[in-house]
Amino acid sequence: MTIQFNDETFRDDYTFTNSERAIKRFPFPFHEDSYMYSVNMEQHQGGPEGSIYEKRFDVDEHYISEMKDRALVLDEDPLRCQSLPHMTLAGWDLLELIMVSKSEDYPDLFELHRDGNNWHWINKPLGIEQKFVFMDESTLPYGPMEYITRQTQGDFALLDQRDENLWMDAGTVTTQADWSLDFDIGMNFFEWHAPVPLAAEMGVFKRALKFLLNIQQGMPARRLNWTMTVNPLLDTSPENYHKWGVQKTTLTPENVGQKQYLRVELQTFFRLPRSNGMVFPIRCYLISLEDLVTIPKWGRRLHRVIRDVPEELATYKGFIDNRPLIVDYLSKFDDGAPTSDGVWPD
Amino acid sequence: MSTFKFPPSITSRPVYGTLEPRSGKHHLMIADAEGAEALFDLVEKDPDLIAHAHIMYFPAADDTGYAEKLKAFSPSKLYVGPSYSAAVPRLRRILQDAHMGLQVYLAGTEGLMGQAMSEATNAGIPHTAIQTEHRGSVARRMQCVHCKGITENVVTDPFTCSHCGLNLFVRDHYSRRIAAFQGVCVDAEDPGNVPPKRELYS
Repeated sequence: MTIQFNDETFRDDYTFTNSERAIKRFPFPFHEDSYMYSVNMEQHQGGPEGSIYEKRFDVDEHYISEMKDRALVLDEDPLRCQSLPHMTLAGWDLLELIMVSKSEDYPDLFELHRDGNNWHWINKPLGIEQKFVFMDESTLPYGPMEYITRQTQGDFALLDQRDENLWMDAGTVTTQADWSLDFDIGMNFFEWHAPVPLAAEMGVFKRALKFLLNIQQGMPARRLNWTMTVNPLLDTSPENYHKWGVQKTTLTPENVGQKQYLRVELQTFFRLPRSNGMVFPIRCYLISLEDLVTIPKWGRRLHRVIRDVPEELATYKGFIDNRPLIVDYLSKFDDGAPTSDGVWPD
Repeated sequence: MSTFKFPPSITSRPVYGTLEPRSGKHHLMIADAEGAEALFDLVEKDPDLIAHAHIMYFPAADDTGYAEKLKAFSPSKLYVGPSYSAAVPRLRRILQDAHMGLQVYLAGTEGLMGQAMSEATNAGIPHTAIQTEHRGSVARRMQCVHCKGITENVVTDPFTCSHCGLNLFVRDHYSRRIAAFQGVCVDAEDPGNVPPKRELYS
């Protein structure tokens, strides 16, 4: 498989685009015509060929440009990547997991040669070649977590497991749906989810935590989450909200199809071998409404979901003010025909 | 009475209790302003505590005699300081010498309790082992999520960040590590449209 990498931006002039292939493999998150929270976990053991579920860490046409965007964010705000002192071992676990997975899953793009603790990593798309000593921080230009997450799409939360809870004690977070690593670092599972409306009352977090605490090595799990973003802006951080928030007011009936994006997170969960911690990669996929409705089933269904989603959720996800515009646009692609079960296109 | 019953909120928001005497060799009590009243009640429950109590107290500017009354209890050690921040090096030094069996009691404003708790947990005391009792002002210690600056004694929502000047709304989302609530720009989507300030819990 060869990937043609896009040269594109996720800010300022927003030249981000999805190819036809990217549209077809987009992780549409709604398996029915309505949405409510659930513990929608499943095993992350591959998926249909070419789908975003196939590999452990999906690499797609946006890879190089996303990594450039991450570097820009980290230059501006180093607090987006932090690790509490006891998390270094988990950082090495993560580096190993990603290097091994990527070199096995994409041998034409990544190579890892290991001779004892002397490792040689080759990342062809980013033009990186690094010889280093595994578990010796002084041989890498960054700490292990930062080093590898600067080369891997998606945000990463590294979780420590103790007292029957998960603690967000490290992470690299530059493509987040409006939460702050700097503020939430050190919190437990219930604390960092505290601002999410309705879900706690539904018992969602208790059940999710129970599931996550029992994840074993080699048995990763996954789920999807979603929100709406105006413009293909990866860095929808609270830190910069005073700068990007105003973009939400730029939607018009004429431009909503191009400017309004469905933002889907593929969240995966892997047990880490040495630290017994967990890594929680949160991979963001963006698609404009205009591209999304080229799949007729998705257009019909998204119209129904957005129209009917409870007000609290639309507020929390930040699109309550734009909902009428979005629903109005999508309604043109909903002929009222029934939709088939499941997320895949017909 | 200087007590305030906080309405139920989200799980990251601290909840405070009532100080209860616990057995221990040493008792570190840290309080500001009307937090002194919680210490009076604590000592009343177990007068023997006071002989092993180390009290750090920060009176309000208009202190009406709390400091004097604490002194009259003759605790093992009493420090009356001008501000919590001035006393941080002293507190760190005291925590360095802390042994198993130290009981920590915090009373007063949320900002005082949160910061002292952060020091105590950094010294290795689990936050769940520290007792807290809110008394006095409902003012909050707020972190601006944008510039990261801390604004002390916030009593209105929204408020103005004392560092970057943005108008921020007051969230209940709380970080024990930072010992502050989160403030987020209130007029990001409509610059200049700042709702009128309301007293917290009014």
